[in-house]
This record gives sequence, structure tokens and C-alpha cells, in this order.
Amino acid sequence: MSHSHSVKRYHGLMDWLTTVDHKKIAILYLVAGGFFLAVGGFEAMLIRLQLMFPENTFVAAHTFNELITMHGTTMIFLAGMPLLFALMNAVVPLQIGARDVAFPFVNALGFWLFFFGGVLMNISWFIGTVPDAGWTSYPPLASNTYSGMGVNYYVVGLQIAGLGSLIGGINFLVTIVNMRAPGMSFMRMPLFTWTIFIASAIILFAFPAITVGLVLLLFDRLFGANFFEVANGGNPVLWQHIFWIFGHPEVYILILPAFGVISEVVSTFSSKRLFGYSSMVFATVLIGFLSFMVWAHHMFSVGLGPVANALFSVATMLIAVPTGIKIFNWLFTYWGGHIRFTTANLFASSFIPTFVIGGVTGVMLSVAPADYQFHDTYFVVAHFHYTIVGGLVFGIFAGLFYWWPKMFGRMLDERLGKVTFWFFFIGFHLTFLVQHFLGLQGMPRRVFTYLKGQGWDTENMISTVGALMMGIASIVLLINVLITSLKPRNADADPWDGRTLEWAIPSPPPEYNFAQTPLVRGLDALWVEKEAGNKTITPAEPLGPIHMPSPSILPFVMSVGFFIAGFGFMYAKHEFANGIASFLFGNYIVAVAGLVIVLVSMFLRSVFDDHGFHIEPEELQEKGVKA
Amino acid sequence: MSRWKFIWRLTPLFAVLALLLSGCQGAFNPQGSNAKDQLWLIELAFFIMILVLVVVFGIFFYVIIRFRKRKGQTGYPKQVEGSHKLEVIWTVIPFILLMILAIPTVLLTFHFAQNANNDKDALHIKVTAHQFWWEFEYPDLGIRTAEDLVIPVGKKISVELTSADVLHSFWIPELAGKMDTNPGMVNKMFFNADKEGVYKGKCAELCGSSHALMDFKVVAKSEADFNAWAKQIKQPAAISADAAKGEEIFKNKCLQCHAVTPDQRGFGPNLAGFANRNTVAGFRPNEPEWISKWLTDPQAVKPGTLMPNVGLNQQEVSELVKYLQELK
Repeated sequence: MSHSHSVKRYHGLMDWLTTVDHKKIAILYLVAGGFFLAVGGFEAMLIRLQLMFPENTFVAAHTFNELITMHGTTMIFLAGMPLLFALMNAVVPLQIGARDVAFPFVNALGFWLFFFGGVLMNISWFIGTVPDAGWTSYPPLASNTYSGMGVNYYVVGLQIAGLGSLIGGINFLVTIVNMRAPGMSFMRMPLFTWTIFIASAIILFAFPAITVGLVLLLFDRLFGANFFEVANGGNPVLWQHIFWIFGHPEVYILILPAFGVISEVVSTFSSKRLFGYSSMVFATVLIGFLSFMVWAHHMFSVGLGPVANALFSVATMLIAVPTGIKIFNWLFTYWGGHIRFTTANLFASSFIPTFVIGGVTGVMLSVAPADYQFHDTYFVVAHFHYTIVGGLVFGIFAGLFYWWPKMFGRMLDERLGKVTFWFFFIGFHLTFLVQHFLGLQGMPRRVFTYLKGQGWDTENMISTVGALMMGIASIVLLINVLITSLKPRNADADPWDGRTLEWAIPSPPPEYNFAQTPLVRGLDALWVEKEAGNKTITPAEPLGPIHMPSPSILPFVMSVGFFIAGFGFMYAKHEFANGIASFLFGNYIVAVAGLVIVLVSMFLRSVFDDHGFHIEPEELQEKGVKA
Repeated sequence: MSRWKFIWRLTPLFAVLALLLSGCQGAFNPQGSNAKDQLWLIELAFFIMILVLVVVFGIFFYVIIRFRKRKGQTGYPKQVEGSHKLEVIWTVIPFILLMILAIPTVLLTFHFAQNANNDKDALHIKVTAHQFWWEFEYPDLGIRTAEDLVIPVGKKISVELTSADVLHSFWIPELAGKMDTNPGMVNKMFFNADKEGVYKGKCAELCGSSHALMDFKVVAKSEADFNAWAKQIKQPAAISADAAKGEEIFKNKCLQCHAVTPDQRGFGPNLAGFANRNTVAGFRPNEPEWISKWLTDPQAVKPGTLMPNVGLNQQEVSELVKYLQELK
């Protein structure tokens, strides 16, 4: 068993390009997701500056549509999901007492696919043809007839990034099913792991829908197919169904993990176990199921008829019940606790009222006949920002402040954290609360300007000021991160008096996570040991050689191949002025070259057996990931 | 539903809401039965949601103030598993609240889906949305017009909606909720206006650069005025000698796209009765200044519009303005 063949270890940049360690991949996701969050945030600032005054001419009409399209797409796919993948990569294997994820190679591949998909989409800003049909890209507007090259960047970029998310989800599904430490039954799993488990299941079923939809749109755009071309018998409403069969579950892929983070933070900082754990699990599963049953509530005004509208209306309302269960369980976890208001807990606690506002407006939107008034207005914009910013972003910030010491071995500055919180919290409510009223007063969404004298001026001004405050909050957070990274790596293993397994190992954890697989003896495994008077977790096995996967450059190369192929397909029918360029790029040569890179990488991965390597007990040092 | 309506109107909350939003337009200033039903439903939902918010916020603020960790507090709080009784309560109560909301929701969903096309008393209108303007056809009257939708007060208006290019959505906040116009399909809805007046109409579905400027107006006139309008628009406009030059220019440069008789369909909006319209380009006041700006450089007024710049000089523009102002 203990054959210890030497394996090539990389340093510096190559270390990051070849890593298959979930903790380093978490950091990659965090950096890339953080970068795209900044890009999407910058786009949001430009949008708000344009809408600050009536008839403003800060950005042109068409540029505005590009901004809203890229802002939405970036925030959902390139910021929200990757930041969640960062947290799940950093935490889930630790929470279940695993030494790794099920498929480390696939994990790395997932990251690089997301990264190159996102890069491809954003290159459109430099080429000058940016997606402009909205983040939903409804045809016919998104067809060749009414949109330029830009939408190709959307279709191809999302397809590549989406594949990354899909295999990431599958990986975590398998990891959570197969890699739990002895004694960790499903009903002893921390709630964050539970929500990641359900979110991964949603990814498994929802992403194939968008994959198919994007293929159809791609064929329409690149090869002249007619899935959505009305003149040739296509149907644009088909896209809306496919998009929302994916798109509605997608928002639960985003929000369920945020619920998980909140559950961990609320319970840790009130020093109490989660109230109603089993009902929380039940509610999570139920929300996951219902998320697939309600997609047509995005389409009440499409003209589906009263039967569909009534059914989807009532089905949507039902989601409020399990969500309500969660809200009250969090409140009663706080009840009777010793609540410590750290920055993480400030974000987590303020999440509760904020998300409830987003939730109740969601119920209001589910009322189909009333939605005929709300739909596509700023009321909807206010609603989904309350759930996605007030829910997801508050959750991510809470999670970052909570797990930062575990990920990096350094504590984020609490004073700066609180500055971030108050600016973000006040700025957020200033921005989006007034938008409810703008919507009810008749302001449609996605408008690049509005005329004077409609009573919308003050609210729009307040909204922009709020957005700028959120911008300041983000800059303070960035400063906090920079300052923290200069401090020595001296965080405790368990700085918050935590309850779950990840706090049982050093911060940051060694590359093998647990020198000995832990034995789980109850819910909140570390807490159980603390109560029993033990300093640390009981091991389930003797110290022995630890098997590790080898690093590999193939995921990176394979993703580069997809990236090149994507470009090749997009420009295969493009007219180039230059003859040589036209031959090289205006053909399928580049596309084929990209696919060859992909296939060769796959071939190499298949034929070269790599059994990884072992770390012998003698060489175990408690050294963490380098960050 | 009228007794319910009465009960809800009595709630003090509604008084607060009315106070808060008095003077507001949009869905809060309904001027037709369709929008009034919708406002009632919005208020019902709003009331229930405020109730939920009050309860949650109440518990939330109590908890975070009462149970914050105090100085010198040691040891751990009691580890509570949960409470079946409480969990059942906060499952059942929301469920009941939602059922209260669900029943009128379903009833009104079916109510709004009624087909008014067979209603002999209703006025039928076919709406076709274009990038970025609205075409209105009165099949029973033989009238085609654009941008201003003239309707008689009190009468049920039955609308068939479709689109000539991309998706749009037909929305008159004060009269009725929106309905999408999908190319290749026909959607139906109905509404009415209780009072005479001019109501804002909008496109609510992203449709390209000038989506924000794709406005129209609903002009509600008394039955007599409406009939007079329908009669007048069919008469050929009396063009004075002063505007004859403009008419000539129009024939040469504009007639390819724009018809001026209400029985014809053009590529662009039908301009019959243009002088009586509220707006030029659908959203600017119908005044000489804006008409000339529009004719001189359409892209500057409405980015992405399909109306080409036909290269008119200043003289031609002012002659055209004179002519257009006589198209009554």
C-alpha cells in the first residue's frame, strides 16, 4: 500500500495553475469571483449614475443595454456562483471530515472552465461588440436579426462557464454522499453542507436545461437553425420556458447556500445549536423541490392562459412556507443565546429582516393578476435585489468574515469589517427600498432614461446615492483584505468557539485536512467533544500514510482549448478585411484547433494512470495552504 | 367580492397606505375596472405582507436586544433542540394566510382571461408593436392609427396583441396590467377607462435601444367625441396653400413608409390625424420644435429608430412641419 513514489511539486504561479487541492481552488474561485464582482459592481455604478437624473446622457442608450446585460450575467454567473463555490470548496470537505473532494481533477477543471468562460464573455468589452439583449437574452431580440456579435459572447461564454458549474455541482454531490467521516449520518451534517448538497442537486437538474437552451440559441445564431425564428416556424416563447426552467432553480442554487452560511453563523455566534435542525433540513429539501415547479411565474404576462397562471401562482406562494420555517428557526436560535455581534454575525442577523422583505415582495409577485402590474417594473428589480443582494451577498459576506481565518490563517480586521457592514447595509436599503415605489408608480425596468415630471426623480437620486455607499463599502472591504494579507498568519484553529469539524484543525488546514479521519459522535461534532471535555476531535483511525492526488496542468489546458474553440466558432462566418486573417479566423480552423487541444488533453488524462502520492506519517507537518 | 372590498377599505392600514401614496400615479391611481381590481389585490397582498413583516421584525428586534451577550456573562446557554408546537404554528399560520391570498388570485386570474372578443358591446382593437412604436387598428371602423390610442369612455375595450418584430409588452399602468406582444402569436386582454383623459402607455419588455422611449398615449373621449374623431380622421385633411410645399416634400420623401389615410398600412406609423396627437415619436410633445428635431435627426431623438435620416435641409423641415400640423 504505502508505495511512496515521488511526485512533481510546483511552486509559484505553476502551483496555482496545476493545483487540485480544494482549498487552493477555493482561493482561486474567491479571487476570480471577487474580480468579477468588482466588474459587475462597476457596471452597476454606471447604470445608477445614468439613472441619477431624468434624461441623463451619461451613457448612450445602446451602451446602457450592454451594461444591464453584462451586469446581470456577471453577477449571477461570474460573481455569485463562483463566490459560493469558493465557500463550498473551502468548507464542505472540512465540515464532513473529508481529506479531499471526490474528484479533485474535475474540481480544478470546473474552476478553469468557469474562469475562461467568464473571460471570454468579458473580452467582448474590448472587441466592442457586447451582449445587449438582457441577461435573459430573449429571442427574437437575441437573434442575428436584432442583435450583433455580442450575443455570441453571451452564448459561448455562458456555455463554457456553465459546464464548469455543472461538473462542480456533480463533484460536490458525490463528495457529500461518499466522503463523510465515520459517524456523520445525513442528519448529523452541518446545515451549510446540507444546503450545498441540495444546491448541487439543483445544479445537476437545472444546468442541463440552460445547456440545451444555449445550444439551440447557438445553432440559431451560428448555423442558421430556426428554433426561435418566427418566420420559419420557430417559437420565441420556447426559449423563455427553457431559460426559466433553469433560471428559477438557479436563484435557489444561489440562495440555499446563503441560508446554510446564515445557519452556521447564527448558531455559532449565539452559542446555541440550530433551533429545529430537522425542520431546517426538511425545509431545504422542500425548497429545492419546489424551485423546479414554479418557473412560469416569470412569464405571467406572456399569455400562457389562466390555468397555467393560476397553478404557477399558487405553487409559487407555497415556497413561502418552508422559507418562513427557516426564518423563525433562525430567530429562535438567537432566542435565549449569548449573541456576539461580530462582523459575520452583523451580516447574518441583518440578513433576516432584509431577506424577509425580499420574501414578502416575492409572494406579492406570485399573485398573477397583480403581477400584470408588477412585472418588468422596478418593483421586480427591488424584489430580486433584496433576495440576491440582501440574501446571497449578505450571506457571502457573513461567510467570508466567518471562514476567512480558516481559509487564510489570518483574521480580517473587525473594525473595518463593521465600517463595511454599516455602509453596505444602509447603502443597500437606500438603493433598493425606494425602487419598490418606483415600480408601483409605473417605472419599467431596463430603461436607459426617463422623462421629467413623472415623480421618479427623487427616488432615483436616493437609489444612486445608496449604490455609491455600497461601492464605498466594497472598497473598505478590499482595503481590509489587503491589510490583513500583510499580517502574520497567526489565527487560532478555533477563533469563534465554533461547533463544526472545520474548527478542529489548524487555520489554514494542512493539505491533507485531517491527519486522522475524525469520528463524528453527533450533530455539531466539535461541540459534542467540547461538552464531553475533550480539547479536540476523537480520531476514527490510527495515524498512517495519507493518499494525495497529484497536481495537473491538464484542466487548465483543456479549458484554454474550449476558450479557443469558442472563439473559432463565433468568428467562423465573420467577414474579415484582411485576406490572411479571413482565411485563418474566418474558417473553422481555429475552432478545430481548440477542439483538438481539448481532445488531446482528454486523451492524455485517460491514458496516463496517475495514482497520486502518499504523505508518510513521519513527514506530517501542520503546515497550511499557501495564500 | 364587493363585501370583501368594503372590509379592506375600512382597515386603518389602507388609510395609511393611501396617505403615503396619495398623488402617486401608476398602479396606485387606477382609472378603469381592470386596474381597480388589480389595485385591490395588491392591497390585499400588501396588508398580509405587512402583517408578516410586523411579526418577524417584532421578534427580531426583541431577540437581538434582549439576548445580546452581556459583560461578565459566562458559561453556555441551554442547548435547545427545537419545539414541535412552535414549528407547527409557524407552518400552519403562513399556510392559512397564503390560502386567503390564493383564492382571489385564482378568481381574478380567470376573470382577466375572459375573451371579450365576442362581446358585441365592446370596441375591438388590434395592437401591433414595432421597434419602437405602436400600431392600432380598429377593424370594425376601418381605421389604422399609431401612437395615440383613442377610446370611448366607459366602453369595454377588447384588445388583440401581436408584434411585428421582437417581444414587446403592452402596458397602461392606470388602466390595465401588461400583456406581452409576441411575434407569431395573438394575446387578448380587455380594459376600460372610467374618466376622460390621457393615460400613459408603455412598453415593458426589453426590445432594443429605445425600449425606454417606446411610449404611447391612451386618449379616452366621451362616446360623442370618439365618434366625431372616428369620422374626422377618415376625411381627407384640408391642406392649405401655405402647406402645399410641405405636402409635396412629404410625397417625395416620406410616403414610402408613412401613409396619411387611415385605411392604409405602411412600414412606419400611419400619420392620419397627426396634428391631433399628443406626441411626436411617441414621447415628445407634439410641437413644431420637437417635430423639426425629429425630422432633422431621428437617431438623436430616438436612438436605434428605423426612421432613416433622409437628409432634409432646414427649409424642407419647416415646410414639412407646416404640413404635418395640418393633418387633422
